[in-house]
Amino acid sequence: MAASETPLLDELLKGRWPSFIKEMKEMAETKPMVRDVLRQLEKSYVDKRTHWKHGGIVGVKGYGGGIIGRYSDSPAEFPGAAHFHTVRVNQPAGWFYTSQALRDLCDIFEKYGSGLTNMHGSTGDIILLGTTTDELEPIFSALTEKGWDLGGSGSALRTPSCCVGPARCEWAMFDCLDVCYNLTQHYQDAIHRPAFPYKFKIKVSGCPNDCVSAIARADFSIIGTWKDEIQVNNEEMREYVKMGKDPIKAAVLLCPTRAIEWDGNEITIDNENCVRCMQCINAFPKALKPGDERGATILLGAKAPIVQGALFSSVLIPFMEIEEPYEEVKDLLEAIWDVWDDHGENKERIGELVERMGKGEFLEKIGIEPDVQMVCHPRENPYIFYDEFLEETEG
Amino acid sequence: MSLEINGKNIDLDDDGYLVDRTQWNEDVAKALSKTEDVNLTEKHWEIINFLRSYYEEFQIAPMIKILTKEIAKLHNIDKRDASKVLYELFPAGPAKQACKLAGLPKPTGCV
Repeated sequence: MAASETPLLDELLKGRWPSFIKEMKEMAETKPMVRDVLRQLEKSYVDKRTHWKHGGIVGVKGYGGGIIGRYSDSPAEFPGAAHFHTVRVNQPAGWFYTSQALRDLCDIFEKYGSGLTNMHGSTGDIILLGTTTDELEPIFSALTEKGWDLGGSGSALRTPSCCVGPARCEWAMFDCLDVCYNLTQHYQDAIHRPAFPYKFKIKVSGCPNDCVSAIARADFSIIGTWKDEIQVNNEEMREYVKMGKDPIKAAVLLCPTRAIEWDGNEITIDNENCVRCMQCINAFPKALKPGDERGATILLGAKAPIVQGALFSSVLIPFMEIEEPYEEVKDLLEAIWDVWDDHGENKERIGELVERMGKGEFLEKIGIEPDVQMVCHPRENPYIFYDEFLEETEG
Repeated sequence: MSLEINGKNIDLDDDGYLVDRTQWNEDVAKALSKTEDVNLTEKHWEIINFLRSYYEEFQIAPMIKILTKEIAKLHNIDKRDASKVLYELFPAGPAKQACKLAGLPKPTGCV
């Protein structure tokens, strides 16, 4: 048996956990592209540096993004890795596929590229990992013929994503699948023709469990919530107790605002102090349900560490009704984009702009009144003076 | 990659951008436009000239919003329509095509 070309990479095949090397090696048997990428990766492990060049501008006609250019810095040694561009394909809302749809994608990828995919990239798109410049237009045609489209990249609106929502989950406070699809279709220009200071991501979760982690990963987070009271069914609570569940341990003691009481017979919830963490509802789904007046909380500004540090999204609209055609959401988005367009520096995320500008000024510019629910914690520093206060007390 | 223009050898990088930006002149732009399948008209030159003067002044390519504002001003249209005009003139986009034909350096980042 021939000695392996990739002894270092082979180490990753050992052990209990699956490794991307396994899939790539399988593909390498029929795809010289993939074999060369593996050989280049092996060299990277030896050299302890990447062999991909920095940057690369490729695309398809009419779009300003959707394809990430990738070139090997050693094309003579690794001809199959000379071009290894990434094609981002907009995923279906909630990532629901028919078998045929998946087969179509695989056939296209295998014909026009490396055959390797990421299901999915962090933003949510389907990723075709590796194709050449010449194959970009053919792949785009093949994809669009089957009803697919590219996702967003660069300083644009990135592909919106959402949780499974009402398709599978009883807690969806609104139709997140439809909101995601509607926003994607409405803002095609913003997705395919980068015109923003930097990237902008929208994520939609149907309830505060926030299964797409919108609060941590989206500039604009739409998270389902309710306005009224948690619905309590004490009979079901008593059934849970009979089954051996303890409301004290699983609900009362875990409530972040101590809003729950259990007297051995009935649950009482101080709804005014409920912060919608979903802990009690998750623990006792038959007995506790979200309220009936449903909508979403809109939060703004989450981002990853680069450049100025990680941020969670912060409450902008405590409660918004979410109803087709979602005009209120769109008006708010466009007001935010206008301010970002006027004031945002190059490569400045909206969260960073709000920090730089100050929340107060930002709210004024987008026409939103400050609300106590935007405040995480009152300030503890008394040495801040307001001009108005000084004027009042002078003389 | 390289192009021969007026007897001179012009080096291009993987994406077709000028390696030596000082080699740019209008003939180079015309030659590049043929590789990009773009037919240069007065409207194209307006944008190319704007890009070059901006780069000369600020040593960076303008942010897309600055370019669209300029187009909106030039044609007296809304800045949303300006993006459409830009893609009609340069179908592969401002970063990829307009900057390339203007002899500006390739934009970097997570494009």
